Amino acid sequence: MKVDRRQLLQHAVALTGGGLASSLMPAWAQSKTTLNRGDLPSVSGREIDLTIDRATWSIDGQPGSAITLNGTLPGPIVRLKEGQRVTLRVHNRMDESTSIHWHGMLVPFQMDGVPGVTFPGIPPHSTFVYEFLVKQSGTYWYHSHTGFQEQEGLYGPIVIDPKEREPFAFDRDYVVMLSDFTFMSPKLVFNKLKQEGGVFNYQHQTLAGLLAGRDKTLQERLEWAKMRMDPTDVSDVTGAIYKFLINGHGPEDNWTGLFRPGERVRLRFINAGAQMVFNIRIPGLPMTVISADGQMVRPVVVDEFQIGNAETYDVIVHPKHDRAYTIVSEAIDRSGLGRATLAPRPGMTAPVPPLRERPLSTMKDMGMDMSAMKMGGMDRMQMDSMSGDGTAMAGMSGMGGHSMKGMHGQMASAPPGMAPPKPRGSDAMGDMPEMNMRDPKKAPQVKMGPGVQSIAPMPQDRTGEPGKGLESVGHRVLVYKDLVALKSNSDKRRPTRALEIHLTGNMERFMWGFDGQKFSEATQPYTFRRGERVRVTLVNDTMMLHPIHLHGHFFEVINGAPPNFGPRKHTVNVQPGGKVSFDITAEQGDWAFHCHMLYHMHGGMFQVFSVRPIGGDRA
Amino acid sequence: MKQIVPLALLSLISAAPALAQMDHSSMPVMNMPGMTMPSGKAGKTNKAAPKKQEKDASQPAMHRSPKRSSAAHRMDMHGMKMSPVASARHADSKIPTTPPPPPPRYSAADLYFDPIAMAAAREELRHENGGSIAWRAFANLLEYQPGSGGGYRWDGEAWIGGDINRFVLKSQGEGSRLDGLENAEIQALYSRAIGVYTDLQFGVRYDFAPTPSRTYATMGFESLAPYWFEVTGALFLSNKGELMARIEGTHDLYLTQRFVLQPRVELNFAAQDSPDIKVGSGLSTAEIGLRLRYEIRREFAPYIGVSYSQKAGATADYAKAEGKDPGQVRFVTGLRVWF
Repeated sequence: MKVDRRQLLQHAVALTGGGLASSLMPAWAQSKTTLNRGDLPSVSGREIDLTIDRATWSIDGQPGSAITLNGTLPGPIVRLKEGQRVTLRVHNRMDESTSIHWHGMLVPFQMDGVPGVTFPGIPPHSTFVYEFLVKQSGTYWYHSHTGFQEQEGLYGPIVIDPKEREPFAFDRDYVVMLSDFTFMSPKLVFNKLKQEGGVFNYQHQTLAGLLAGRDKTLQERLEWAKMRMDPTDVSDVTGAIYKFLINGHGPEDNWTGLFRPGERVRLRFINAGAQMVFNIRIPGLPMTVISADGQMVRPVVVDEFQIGNAETYDVIVHPKHDRAYTIVSEAIDRSGLGRATLAPRPGMTAPVPPLRERPLSTMKDMGMDMSAMKMGGMDRMQMDSMSGDGTAMAGMSGMGGHSMKGMHGQMASAPPGMAPPKPRGSDAMGDMPEMNMRDPKKAPQVKMGPGVQSIAPMPQDRTGEPGKGLESVGHRVLVYKDLVALKSNSDKRRPTRALEIHLTGNMERFMWGFDGQKFSEATQPYTFRRGERVRVTLVNDTMMLHPIHLHGHFFEVINGAPPNFGPRKHTVNVQPGGKVSFDITAEQGDWAFHCHMLYHMHGGMFQVFSVRPIGGDRA
Repeated sequence: MKQIVPLALLSLISAAPALAQMDHSSMPVMNMPGMTMPSGKAGKTNKAAPKKQEKDASQPAMHRSPKRSSAAHRMDMHGMKMSPVASARHADSKIPTTPPPPPPRYSAADLYFDPIAMAAAREELRHENGGSIAWRAFANLLEYQPGSGGGYRWDGEAWIGGDINRFVLKSQGEGSRLDGLENAEIQALYSRAIGVYTDLQFGVRYDFAPTPSRTYATMGFESLAPYWFEVTGALFLSNKGELMARIEGTHDLYLTQRFVLQPRVELNFAAQDSPDIKVGSGLSTAEIGLRLRYEIRREFAPYIGVSYSQKAGATADYAKAEGKDPGQVRFVTGLRVWF
């Protein structure tokens, strides 16, 4: 049925052009019963038309102002075939300029769709024609790179069918596009964040909580207050003004994907959230992760994973019973959740789990390693590699993990997500020597100023950790160290240059940047030679997670995977107080490099990777 | 970037092993100097994690003897030369931080698109990513004193600008139905962020009341102090050559998610006696207040509170001479609001 639908649309596009396709879409969209069931509408073929317009979109029955693509939110699935050429005509029917960026797609820079970097944008009431060769396969997405349009709904999935058969079997294939939607104007949201960083936080630590023995202890609270740091500041924008959508539907609209018991269902998770990081789980169904950011990985079975903004994960689930399952997309700060259903028949639902207790940031999120500081007798460097709640142990086998295991058997034995909960009060520094939280010597390239609140004193590799709030959830959670590329990376050269970039910010002023500078202040881009192999290390000096995206490249994350099998990603979460290294092979052009949290990007966390020469020039 | 390059080079030359140590934490399988290596290498991986053997092998299928591996590690750590294969993966300390190429001479997109349109788009992009203008209008106190006299009071500010440079308007004042406006002032200030938590402010202040009115040159600051204390202070130099000062501190204590208790202290000082406006030298007035608000939204919170103010020294004498009580306790109800 789905195939027929797709073919039909394909023919419609091929025979009559986009006019018919786009006029079909709204009619389709209006039919509520069809809409919240089954796959999203899709467009495919050699030539595709996408029409952008402002519209009213209903979320859980409440009308909101949105931007739609071919009349829908999210936009239709752009379904392509690896190796094909595609022409995408993007028609802007709005009174403002717009753009489409093909996120994760290896396209020539002039087709990358970033106004002010790779093209001038698409002016009001005009058409821009993108044309490129589809060099890859997998799950990607597209979105506006103009203003706050992404927050307003201008995004959609890309699914590229591979040339060769994939080494896994599935009977059904659904895109699960996660997003956040607000009825407030995103400009106003941004202004409010500038006015007061915690304006949307309704999960403060309170005196009532202290008296009831909840959250941090008095000593810890005083230590944090002294540093002017708020451990509840996990998400800038929260469920207080967000509805969390799955395939454009609120929790009450309940998007439902159908299956027959015993079928294998492929779910393509895409986090199109402007600001929210989600924890994904399907209670009762383990998920086999088969690809990350569109690139196949060795299968890993998990019960939950955290997905940063712009990341994608493909999983396969195998529901055997004649019952419904709830897909939960829980906000990282637990201020709300999105919900969808997998069911054998329409109308079936499964219980929606209640929100779990919200996580609090720890000293580690400030780039301090408490365990190392407390165990003064041990060499600090040794501890660095062992921390990460024991999960880093996974990567230590190569150096004889078993002796370490003997020493810290408990740490090593708990798989990610199943660590015993930390006792209350264990994050207190007590009489430990006070650390300089803003020591410029730790990051000489950072331009110190009001935009740099802190410099992580001891940033750590946190790729072995499951993400904030998932350390002790009692089931297996995905960590970056689980990700191993299925196929060897093509460029096996060793990097010839190392580059360290600090992610900096001031949460009170809501200023964000790289190496202490907002994009508006930066005088020059990061520069690379074409074809140059560079190891980039991102150090997160802030207390917030930053999903960092590099356009036009896949980078190979250094996560302890065997050489040349590091996972290829286009977006990487850099945990607070953490650092991540990856290798890139520089492609010619100018490429946007930014935090994929929309409000951090607009706060200044944006830069350009400038790769020369281009073509035959001698620069 | 340019300044750090020589530094980085220098540290590379002079302290290669030290540099190597510094970067350990980014390397999950880094071997440490001085760390006892086990003789056997039957290291067991985390059960659920994928297999990760041969960290130092060039190919995933290739096995290395444990001895060679640990020897290689150790050599690596001491900055000795190694085969590129063995060092490929575990020494980002060995990847030199050489200078990046020079800045590009042209924008890549100019090769394909109208350079004028590109220049405009670039300007827009800069403005959008870090260069935008924000604003706020905020009244911390907007209150009424029920009962005899019908006292009222306000204290607020509005600002517009970027992250560093802002234009600020401040106003505060009080009065009553019976006596009319007692004090009322407005300040127009240029504000500049000079620290992580501190803004410095310069400008003018004009007093509508008391009369005869005055104009002051103003220099002040706003800062977030440790333990989340909002502190503001200013010096005022009047057109009559008088010097005055004010310091104010507040703290927001979250009792519950929406009930917030705000203690507030304000001290005013003068360097001289100014009988015409009834301000004496030294500490002129001190005030302590406690307000309990309910945040319907963070931006909109009605409150009730009590405020005790005490005129001191000569200022108190002026008040007494007028038959007024220099000390006053007021119960207030009001609204804390911002847009």
